[in-house]
Amino acid sequence: MEPFDLTIHEARALLDTRQLSSAELTEAVLRRIAAVEPQVGAFVTVTEDVAREAAATADRSIAEGTATPLTGIPMQIKDVMSTRGIRTTCSSRILENFVPLYNATVVERLYERGPVLMGKGNMDEFAMGSSTENSAFHVTHNPWGLDRVPGGSSGGSAAAVAAGEAFFSLGSDTGGSIRQPASLCGITGIKPTYGLVSRFGLVAFASSLDQIGPLTRDVEDCATVLNAIAGHDPRDSTSIPGGRPDYTAALTGDIRGMRLGIPREYFGDGIDAPVDAAVQRAIGVLRDAGAEVEECSLPLTSYALAVYYIIAPSECSTNLARYDGVKYGYSVDDASTAWETQERTRSRGFGAEVKRRIMLGTYALSAGYYDAYYLKALKVRTLIRREFEEAFQRFDALITPTSPTVAFRIGEKTDDPVAMYKSDVLTIPVNIAGIPCISVPCGFSEGMPIGMQVMGPALGEEAVLRIAHVYQQATDWHRQRPEGLGV
Amino acid sequence: MALSREEVLHLADIYHIYLSDDEVELMREQLGSILEQFQVLSELETDDVAPTSHSVPLTTVMREDEPRPSYSRDQVLANAPDSFGQYFQVRTVLED
Repeated sequence: MEPFDLTIHEARALLDTRQLSSAELTEAVLRRIAAVEPQVGAFVTVTEDVAREAAATADRSIAEGTATPLTGIPMQIKDVMSTRGIRTTCSSRILENFVPLYNATVVERLYERGPVLMGKGNMDEFAMGSSTENSAFHVTHNPWGLDRVPGGSSGGSAAAVAAGEAFFSLGSDTGGSIRQPASLCGITGIKPTYGLVSRFGLVAFASSLDQIGPLTRDVEDCATVLNAIAGHDPRDSTSIPGGRPDYTAALTGDIRGMRLGIPREYFGDGIDAPVDAAVQRAIGVLRDAGAEVEECSLPLTSYALAVYYIIAPSECSTNLARYDGVKYGYSVDDASTAWETQERTRSRGFGAEVKRRIMLGTYALSAGYYDAYYLKALKVRTLIRREFEEAFQRFDALITPTSPTVAFRIGEKTDDPVAMYKSDVLTIPVNIAGIPCISVPCGFSEGMPIGMQVMGPALGEEAVLRIAHVYQQATDWHRQRPEGLGV
Repeated sequence: MALSREEVLHLADIYHIYLSDDEVELMREQLGSILEQFQVLSELETDDVAPTSHSVPLTTVMREDEPRPSYSRDQVLANAPDSFGQYFQVRTVLED
């Protein structure tokens, strides 16, 4: 295995025993980026100079004995999180040249632990999309099949980790944007409990749903990165107060007696047969490891999609009102009044999907429709939350597929927004309820990866990670790497 | 259930965004078919259900109002498309 294909914990062992320096590792990843990026397109910006400098600093820390688990490890960050002095575009024309004055809290927390920033990840514009085809700059290709999408919106993050262009990436997940691309690219990704990780410096899309989390090559790495980024932050008023456990300590390898629910609404109709079958086999692996498995029902599942596509566009329409062409970002120069500046700046600065959601949200919030759409959605949200709470009185975790299909072909769904929205049907309920959920690879169909979700109750990250880790100890799907890239 | 042209233009007007004729046509169809998907929610009885705006039970997070260093004027204006001296500059707001 090439150095760029290792996990964080494998690379750590080589770094700590001086078999490899961070400078060497970073150069290997830079060469890999140069080789595969023309095919994959996972980055908006590659930060070569920043990376080399960080690697040199990391090698000094290692020599001085002050290394952390992430010191010297090449990483990528989705281009929706602010990085001081490094442009942060959200893959949008409107922020194409925006250079933040400050780091997001997660970026600050990572920098303190010494990983090496390779660059910023491509994404659907403002994280709105399920395929990364909505990037204003370029399409990202799935490393397992270059004519397929990597999923979205954190498609650049998932593709970079799968293609050996970064050991981990941070993504954001509003309706599945970490888990669905992780599933489609054959890697591991967790959406933590809403409020576990600070969102200060995350460019807002739908504030009651957005949450940052890691995309990695296995569960152990996922716990390591989560340890680094989780924590209370007074600068985020939705941040959960108090301390955070050591998530790596949760990986005990023992799930005997844990109760797993299999909600039948996530299987069967609308789910591709090979996906259904792979997840059923994975459930068998967990049963063999000593878990108690029982079928259950979450009858409100099918309503979550409608709830999401009312709440998320409503919040997006208010959040994106800040792009007025005055304080920062793109601005037209051919307008004669302030209002005209705003209208034309938004018209030319936003892409089609962002406009669609802005209009949808404006409709749902407008006089005469507010009660029928937005308020109704918030009430159904309460019902969905309760349904999960009741399920978690009986079960420690729920197991489902992540995506109803493997990665679809580039261009297949771009003309049909409703079909595109439906690809999020299995990931959205978790965001509505604010609970944690991990996706891990559990098989292949048509040569493309399949993913399984493990959902837990609020602040149940430890159980979720433990179960996913036991699964990876018994299987090797997460050790597969795409072949033939960069030749 | 396509929206009317007037409805779409009204929304664009509320939001202060310009849409081309082609975009207006596309929005009429696409918003209509998306809104149709939302009808399923009317199957659920929610009269006695309180809305959840937010899944973490935190309310009114406050901090002490203590003076702290802030960014310099130059830093704040660095990303501005147009500035004049110490100010953001905009086009005419009120016409005569």
